Amino acid sequence: MLTVFRREINSFLSSLIAYIVIVVFLLVTGLFMWVFPDYSLLAYGYATLDQLFIIGPWIFMFLIPAITMRFFSEEKRTGTLELLFTKPVSDFQIIAGKYLAAFVLVVFSVLPTLVYFLSIYLLAEPVGNVDSAGIVGSYIGLLLLGGTFVAIGLFASSLTDNQIVAFILGLFLCFFFYAAFDSLSLLNLPNKTLLIIEQLGMSAHFVALSKGVLDTRDLLYFFSLSAFFLALTKTVLEARKW
Amino acid sequence: MSVSVQELTKVYGEQKAIDRLSFRIDDGQIVGLLGPNGAGKSTTMKILTGYLPQSAGKATVQGFDTETQSLEVRRLIGYLPESNPLYTEMYVKEYLHYAAGFYKIADPAKRIARMIEQTGLGIEQHKKIGQLSKGYRQRVGLAQALLHDPKVLVLDEPTSGLDPNQLADIRQLIRDISKDKTIILSTHIMQEVEALCQRVIIINRGKLVADDAVKNLQQRVAGESVVTVEFSENMNEGEMRKLPGIREVRKIGEHTFEVRASGKDDLRKLLFDFAVRKNVAVLNMSQKENSLEEVFRSLTATKK
Repeated sequence: MLTVFRREINSFLSSLIAYIVIVVFLLVTGLFMWVFPDYSLLAYGYATLDQLFIIGPWIFMFLIPAITMRFFSEEKRTGTLELLFTKPVSDFQIIAGKYLAAFVLVVFSVLPTLVYFLSIYLLAEPVGNVDSAGIVGSYIGLLLLGGTFVAIGLFASSLTDNQIVAFILGLFLCFFFYAAFDSLSLLNLPNKTLLIIEQLGMSAHFVALSKGVLDTRDLLYFFSLSAFFLALTKTVLEARKW
Repeated sequence: MSVSVQELTKVYGEQKAIDRLSFRIDDGQIVGLLGPNGAGKSTTMKILTGYLPQSAGKATVQGFDTETQSLEVRRLIGYLPESNPLYTEMYVKEYLHYAAGFYKIADPAKRIARMIEQTGLGIEQHKKIGQLSKGYRQRVGLAQALLHDPKVLVLDEPTSGLDPNQLADIRQLIRDISKDKTIILSTHIMQEVEALCQRVIIINRGKLVADDAVKNLQQRVAGESVVTVEFSENMNEGEMRKLPGIREVRKIGEHTFEVRASGKDDLRKLLFDFAVRKNVAVLNMSQKENSLEEVFRSLTATKK
């Protein structure tokens, strides 16, 4: 597993992917938080990181499928997947290695935003007057969301040997699970059904976490959704044996 | 017993890629797996290396079942797939370090240096794989397959698409590493089998058609001799056919014929005497070697 993990990390670093992902993420969140006057924190007046956590998932929705699209697609197309599957590693170890590599990249793109936290912490009046618990919850939520997006992206990549198809499919699934359930819950349906629909989406759980309450139901939701997509990925990869 | 295949069958949808294939290979043999395109060579190799499971039957490598003890088998086997897939964006050494990571190798750096030397990658070792020529990529593929000193080496068309010099180099390399290893290599080039293998397994449409020592197979068609003869002017085919022992006469050039006869008598003398009787000069005459190519063609010819 470590061997696969190491190769993927090295390939991120040597192919500029890692730098581009981190820079783009910081650039876009930075612009929204500090520069664009409509959204800027400085104009807003309240010391919160809400902007980061509103815009973050949407950037991840594009960036993460872009990171993960090549994982299996490229190996399928070039045939290296066959070689990988004849090495003494299990399918699970291969998936886990790739998953962790992408997740580490997600963590490293989020880490520098701690500077934003420090900034608003110092800008607050009086200093330190921020909702630290809410922010910690939001960070955990953002990482869980990123992890789930990675699992979805891996699954999309395992389905096809075409990277663009993998990207678009990953993007769509991420969007669907993040935002679509939330919007669908505005349909004119019985309240109970709407609640279920809303709870199926990531958005509701992400919002719940960002209130600073680490409810195990929300954590479990993200873990099980990731596990579900990783299991699907494994099934797809094993389909060669059918 | 190094490799054993019993009644192995693989079905893709409706089509049987291999059909109740059985053979055994002892330790230390170099065996050529021969057959026309689509005969099931690659499928057999993919099952042996644990990439695909069989539909029926059983295959073992060093006593480990390829389906149920796949990881043990994979540890013992070195595999070079047909298209020699490589990560072209990686450097040669980087790639070999990566490949070594899958196995328990005592001193990977030393082993990699040794493999680079053995496969003759020395001058190219600091390049990216994408920059290498096909021959050198093949060496990288071989080095990768040999890293963990596997007991069984499975090479799927290791020399396809190489120029004659590279071909000779790669063959020499395979011969060098063949000590104390079982090697299965697939090919459709007969000379390769004659040059490298002690034994040959010929399959056609998924079925075993021959499994014998290379020498025995060559003798199999020795009961027939084939001569190509060129006369100075045209000759009557029908008259030639009436000569004793002649089975078939085929016109292949303006005055050139391919003559087949059963029996071991030298056809050339017969044809020469015939030409003298007809007062015609013989311009050229050559006896075709009973090569494996002939065996291959006669065994795998599609029945019309």
